[in-house]
Amino acid sequence: MPINPSLPKTADADGRIADNIVYFGRALRKAGMRVGPASIKDAIEAVLAAGIGTREDFYWVLHSVLVTRHEDHAVFDEAFRLFWKSRELIEKMLAMFSPIAPDRREKASQRAAEQRVASALFDGHEKDRQKREMPEVEVDARFTVSGNEILRQKDFAQMTAREIAEAKRAIAGLKLPVDLIATRRFRPDPHGRRADPRAMLKGAMRTGGDLIVPKFRSVRTVHPPLVVLADISGSMSQYTRIFLHFLHALTEKRRRVHTFVFGTRLTNLTRQMRHRDPDEALAECSRAVEDWSGGTRIGEALHEFNRLWSRRVLGQGAVVLLITDGLERDDVAGLQREMDRLHKSCRRLIWLNPLLRFDGFEARARGVRAMLPHVDEFRPVHTLDSLSDLCASLSAGRSRDADPRIHMDLGNRVAA
Amino acid sequence: MNRKTGNGLPQSIDETLALLEGADYVADRALATVLFLSLRMQRPLFLEGEAGVGKTEIAKVLAQALDRRLIRLQCYEGLDVSSAVYEWNYAAQMVEIRMEEATGVSDRKAMERNVFSEKYLIRRPILDALSGRDGKAPVLLIDELDRTDEAFEAFLLEILSDFQVTVPELGTISAEEPPIIVITTNRTREIHDALKRRCLYHWVDYPDAARELEIVRRKVPHANQRLSDEVVRFIQRLRELDLFKSPGVAETIDWASALTELDKIALDPETISDTLGVLLKYQDDIARIDEGEGRRLLKEVKAELAEG
Repeated sequence: MPINPSLPKTADADGRIADNIVYFGRALRKAGMRVGPASIKDAIEAVLAAGIGTREDFYWVLHSVLVTRHEDHAVFDEAFRLFWKSRELIEKMLAMFSPIAPDRREKASQRAAEQRVASALFDGHEKDRQKREMPEVEVDARFTVSGNEILRQKDFAQMTAREIAEAKRAIAGLKLPVDLIATRRFRPDPHGRRADPRAMLKGAMRTGGDLIVPKFRSVRTVHPPLVVLADISGSMSQYTRIFLHFLHALTEKRRRVHTFVFGTRLTNLTRQMRHRDPDEALAECSRAVEDWSGGTRIGEALHEFNRLWSRRVLGQGAVVLLITDGLERDDVAGLQREMDRLHKSCRRLIWLNPLLRFDGFEARARGVRAMLPHVDEFRPVHTLDSLSDLCASLSAGRSRDADPRIHMDLGNRVAA
Repeated sequence: MNRKTGNGLPQSIDETLALLEGADYVADRALATVLFLSLRMQRPLFLEGEAGVGKTEIAKVLAQALDRRLIRLQCYEGLDVSSAVYEWNYAAQMVEIRMEEATGVSDRKAMERNVFSEKYLIRRPILDALSGRDGKAPVLLIDELDRTDEAFEAFLLEILSDFQVTVPELGTISAEEPPIIVITTNRTREIHDALKRRCLYHWVDYPDAARELEIVRRKVPHANQRLSDEVVRFIQRLRELDLFKSPGVAETIDWASALTELDKIALDPETISDTLGVLLKYQDDIARIDEGEGRRLLKEVKAELAEG
């Protein structure tokens, strides 16, 4: 369709195209898409550039500007259908492109309809994310002053509310791991071992080329991406909640931390964890997760992760922390296959299991025995001390005491 | 939008479709729309999708159909300014300094001008893409952006929004005619919003059966009609399975060519298991299809074809 040459640069005085696109953008924003004023401006420009031919063209024109993530496609599709169809707006706009002036009398009643659709659109949305408050932990009156030492070794599950608050503070002050991997980039470094010709030349210019002083650079190091898969089923939820605090502290300090939780299904909490305030972040998380403290299907959750996410988040030498008790009921063979796949796709797989708190833990459960051969490290995660140990081990690399084979041998002996 | 439009660019979505089709790229209307807009609004095109759905091909086809030069920047981890944007020719600069010393130039300003002149600037793909003359701006393909680390994305922001590059020693170099920029990613990680915001986004999906058949017809013209029909239907079904990596369009074309080279005119179970490596690239997937699911799919395909 050729573009009308007399087309105005902005919407005309009536302004209904621009208005409606702005409204539509706001509807999308409310539905959770990230649509800023700049993209709305772009959308209007795009519509003017393409001209409105058919409904399908209009759809894709808006789509190309407003959707920037594949996940948003479904939201856009639904919103588009609701927002534009019910009011036959596209047809009205088509009329606007034709030389006949649109009927201005309709405007008032149309606005009313607009409101209705908008509220329908948002109502449905609100229903989707019903507020789920985090269960309040009752304040325990029997609180006794516990020294830091005792607190550090106390099982999270047995802590009182006050102690948990205390523990959260301790976590915020925890010495975080300094695991670094070399990249292929350089930084200027006077003690470096590689010559930096660019800096040398630049420096030489300063003296007019009389002095060419050697400059050096060395390899830049970064934190590898950290991917966390945490079990939030009933038996695990207390540990996972505390651990999320630890993760929040980590997420603040380094950029690439991806957090997933699973019960009966997998949820990506990475965005929610970016909130500044840990409690707010956790409240956001509980809202996003449907099955907090429900049952667990580890194999299925891992399968979903492997299929949908592993290629997106496990690049560039990622370390995976898997937090679960490993008590799988359903399909143990499937669990083994998925663990194997996960292990092969990451640089280091660390399994954190609170069951390890029991002295003489034996890998007897079938799920645990299926998972153990595929992990690099096997650690407890039930006290502040174990969190500190985890930090130390992330910094140091492999350590012998976390070798999963210790437990495997034990388990085999018991089974035999 | 205020630029003149007589530079061979398509003037409507339909023309864009025709342009792609003329270059043997069978696109759907969604892709044609976003491509048209990106040409019209002079915005970079950001293509995301599974491997082998024809993302890179779009840039190639565009360059060919519009008769532009294609500049390709293959991304990799550690890609930096000196290999993507520009680099100074240090050796030649050293020689220049010595020469000036020998001839007794002592004016520091003049010397700096001479040493950091365009003569010693080595243009890498991105700077090269800014050198387009009127109506002949090149197509810049930034391929597999997700393979670099985040640090590199920041280098791109300036060129994506203003079509210019700032070289500290020289100043800002901007394009006379903005290049047509196509960015592809396989989504092995998320690209930052700041970069996506400057582009038009499109998710390239697997084609439907009719479009895929048309693609096979164009790309493997000597393939048997019935064979291509079976191949496409088989692959469409394969994509519905929960495979670790579904075959892309590239695999469809490869498979159709492979089978044609083997002088097959129809699919049979033995051929499928012999040539499965062309189609599936993970051992788990191959084993699964080989073990019997392949036979079941083939039976379904044959039944479907027999019906109509």
